[in-house]
Amino acid sequence: MNRLAIVSEESGAEALARDARRERRRALALALPALLLVGLVALLPTGWLFWLSVIEGEKLSAAHYLRLVEEESYRRIFWTTFEIAAVVTVLAALLGYPLAYWLSRLPERWANFGLVLVLVPFWTSLLVRTYAWLVLLQRRGLVNQGLQGLGLIDEPLRLVHNWTGTVIGMLHILLPFLVLPVYASLRAIDPACLAAAASLGASPVRAFWTVFFPLSLPGLLAGCLLVFVLALGFYVTPAILGGGRVLMVAMKVQENAGLYLDWGAASALAVLLLLATLALFALLARLVPLERLLLGRS
Amino acid sequence: MSGESWIAPWRRAWLAALGLLVLAFLVLPVFIVLPMSFSDSQYLEFPPRAWSLRWYRAYLGSDEWMSATRVSLAAAFLTTLLATPLGLAAAYGLHRAGGRAARLARAALVAPLVVPVIILAIGVFYLYVRLGLVNTMAGLVLAHTALALPFVVVLVDAGLRRIDLDQERVARSLGASPLRAFATVVLPQLERSLLAAALLAFVTSLDEVVVALFVSGGEMSTLTRRMFTGLRDQVDPTIAAISSLLILLSVGLLGGAQLLLRRR
Repeated sequence: MNRLAIVSEESGAEALARDARRERRRALALALPALLLVGLVALLPTGWLFWLSVIEGEKLSAAHYLRLVEEESYRRIFWTTFEIAAVVTVLAALLGYPLAYWLSRLPERWANFGLVLVLVPFWTSLLVRTYAWLVLLQRRGLVNQGLQGLGLIDEPLRLVHNWTGTVIGMLHILLPFLVLPVYASLRAIDPACLAAAASLGASPVRAFWTVFFPLSLPGLLAGCLLVFVLALGFYVTPAILGGGRVLMVAMKVQENAGLYLDWGAASALAVLLLLATLALFALLARLVPLERLLLGRS
Repeated sequence: MSGESWIAPWRRAWLAALGLLVLAFLVLPVFIVLPMSFSDSQYLEFPPRAWSLRWYRAYLGSDEWMSATRVSLAAAFLTTLLATPLGLAAAYGLHRAGGRAARLARAALVAPLVVPVIILAIGVFYLYVRLGLVNTMAGLVLAHTALALPFVVVLVDAGLRRIDLDQERVARSLGASPLRAFATVVLPQLERSLLAAALLAFVTSLDEVVVALFVSGGEMSTLTRRMFTGLRDQVDPTIAAISSLLILLSVGLLGGAQLLLRRR
């Protein structure tokens, strides 16, 4: 009697475990269609690029990568890409931090309104925003007209179809990616810290630099990293606002694959871009939850 | 102690001026296109000296632009139709299953968000050449679905986290089939998240440029693809009219999605 009860109890537990396992498998199976699609359309071809980048003819070879190192033109592309990404990041930090700081000091209602304004460009297509800058920055565009009207310049400046236009357009598109995480980190700082600094005799400026700013550094670093990594892969904006004078990595990838059908060169460059991107994102993921940052579109 | 008192007023004014300038830099360029699109001039000017619907007529009267618009809307619609249920099933399944396998699967689904889009584009192009899917609606929709799925998965997952799934177990124990329990207990509570996800999927496809450059062409060119090629050649004012329509559409849809997500 006693033994029987134990046996049935055990098998009952086993049955429950079996049920739970089956339930879990069924739940996982629900994700299968989506996984298949993403796997086939996005992950498999990306993996394929790794393979294409290391074969030359029929054999394994490092030739495509060696070319990236040896050829002067590629070195220039890497430098341009890095330079633009770095400049855009620094400008975004210089403009975005004060904005986020100001918003974080405003009463909640006004701050929310300001945040909506930060999000609005986020919601409009990247192509449309790039187009808007093309119109604004052209020779007879609004910016040149305005500067001439103010008497600041005599001749229209060359603001577009060059490096300057590319940086302005990319800055506009990437700025929200910095403002949002910085704002979140500033809001999270306990005002009592500042009150404490003030009560100990720190001037507002000193309290800001010794207490507030260091506390906001992780958010600022996250925002900067995000802007930098997204800038590395930019294609549409430099293609249009650069007017052929600015060649970034993504554009060279497009040229190699779409124009020359040189898959070895295209994939080696793509793999390099991908590895740099993934490494930076891995770093970023240690600082902040990534997904929330990325919900805005790049 | 609100922490407000420690900034001197003059610093406030200086900061407010800078903040407003940066906000203006963010917002104005987006909306400046709207009035310009009603200009009568070949050169886009602001403010327009003479107002007209010339560029809207040019857009509506062009077979090429109209066909591109139809392709874009169809692709966006089909992408929404495909990405929303697939993303819902995946997010729900992975949420239920939990554990390492689910975390890995989730990472795979969200991966298209971190891979530079140019890489996805040439990868898809390489694949489609072999499958004969270049310049087809099916190919375009599949690629756009892969791009939209991360958004759907993340939004639905966020919605699921706010739901007490024990309610579903109760329904099951009371004799409801799994499907019925899901449809009557879980789904109604996910309504807002799902609608927001669908809107986001739609706009993701509608605004997408780079993949479309590679896998759509000829008869199957999307609106953004035609705009992109048009922009590289010259500044065609017709594009200002199209841009204005796109701005209103995406700000409307995504603003709506944002409202849906906030009001709970």
